[in-house]
Amino acid sequence: MPPNNAIAVEFRDVTYSLNRRPLVSNLNFTIGPGETVVLLGRSGSGKTTTMKLINSLLTPTTGEVRVEGMSTVEWNPIKLRRQIGYVIQETGLFPHFTVERNVGLVPSLEGWNSDRIRQRVFELLHLVGLDPQVFARRYPHELSGGQRQRIGVARSLAADPPILLMDEPFGALDPITRLELQGEFRRLQQDLGKTVVFVTHDIQEAFVLGSRIGLMQEGRLLLLGTKEEFLRSQLPEAQAFMQCLNRV
Amino acid sequence: MSDFFLFKYGWEILSHTGEHLFLVGISIGIATLVGIPLGILITRQPKFSQPILGIANIMQTIPSLALFGFLISVPPPIGGIGDTPAIVALTLYSLLPIIRNTYVGINGVDPAIREVGRGMGMTDRQLLFQVEIPLAIGVILAGVRVATVIAIGVATIAAAIGAGGLGVFVFRGIAVVNNQLILAGAVPAAVMAVLADFAIGWLEYLLTPTGTRKKEK
Ligand SMILES: Nc1ncnc2c1ncn2[C@@H]1O[C@H](COP(=O)(O)OP(=O)(O)O)[C@@H](O)[C@H]1O
Ligand SMILES: [Mg+2]
Repeated sequence: MPPNNAIAVEFRDVTYSLNRRPLVSNLNFTIGPGETVVLLGRSGSGKTTTMKLINSLLTPTTGEVRVEGMSTVEWNPIKLRRQIGYVIQETGLFPHFTVERNVGLVPSLEGWNSDRIRQRVFELLHLVGLDPQVFARRYPHELSGGQRQRIGVARSLAADPPILLMDEPFGALDPITRLELQGEFRRLQQDLGKTVVFVTHDIQEAFVLGSRIGLMQEGRLLLLGTKEEFLRSQLPEAQAFMQCLNRV
Repeated sequence: MSDFFLFKYGWEILSHTGEHLFLVGISIGIATLVGIPLGILITRQPKFSQPILGIANIMQTIPSLALFGFLISVPPPIGGIGDTPAIVALTLYSLLPIIRNTYVGINGVDPAIREVGRGMGMTDRQLLFQVEIPLAIGVILAGVRVATVIAIGVATIAAAIGAGGLGVFVFRGIAVVNNQLILAGAVPAAVMAVLADFAIGWLEYLLTPTGTRKKEK
């Protein structure tokens, strides 16, 4: 019997329906600790829904999602979410908080003292390549898109959660900044070894970042495998995404 | 020149202004303490939003003179004549803009912001006090401001049920057909409304979190 912690996240026959219409159906997969799984799919394919089932923003209609061996409905949702970093596209930062307060949010919810929070915030800003002396006191509207996403990543890492959920975090960036952040994220991920679920509709990004890629279509997970397995796939949807790969 | 209302009624104006401020201040205070929590409640329990906003709306559409008149026939302590029924009427009048702006302001917070707050493990309370209220405070206070300006105007009617205030001049002026008397009530009330509008507008600015203030230019 493998110990519980050999699996970070597990979907057991999960369906989520809204007004009897399934948004995702019959999801079955596991994610090991330290793995980066990228969910790839067109918009509307159910990627965000799948993500929100992990941090209990949504509850499965049938089946169960287990995080670190325990079903999300058994977890205290607040406790569960503080174990899971969450980054979303663009608007995720609180506009009325400085960078420092944004990054220190979860530690402050967790009741850390202010010296420890400040120290952690500065450490994280260094980690994502922003000088705390320059940026700590700024507001989100005083940052570029790339800087905002760096802050978003720093914030999600603040309380050192074992799991990170990233929902198209680089989706709104210009291609050059996006490439830069992808590179930095890869390096960061090698150092930190978090379990990451990363959502994108960009196959290039999926290939660069994912240790495995899950392909979603109309609420179903068509395949979950390595880049090589993906490249060999004969599925029409996989083929359609590969069409996007080398179009120059 | 000695006919000019300011000179003629100077001291009387001061004391009626004091009464007027008292009536409006107490009423807006109560309406704020009741209206903001009610507005928040209906963002949490949407099924109450229609009835509560509906009732507040009806209150506002009753002509003010009729509401004061109606309260005379209601037994004390709520009804009758004097300060209390006047405060009851003004409070009922002031509720709608405060409830509605609280509701609209909080519901107007970007759902993505709310979702990411919840996703990071904020409790409903933390989300309300650290995110939703700070982001909605400008809209909420705009409601208080509108309510205050309306209440200052409506409070002139309170003199009809013996609550005093600047309306005393107006009613007396109408009775004896004396414009100077009417002005002695109307002008200070108008000045008070303008000043209140300005003061609360300034408070709105001060309380709006720095990161979300409209760019000053
Ligand atoms: N709150 C909602 N109400 C109704 N339909 C929704 C809601 N959220 C998502 N959907 C639908 O669910 C499907 C999956 O959405 P989503 O998981 O957001 O897809 P993706 O993130 O892959 O773009 C889409 O068809 C979308 O229209
Ligand atoms: Mg999505």
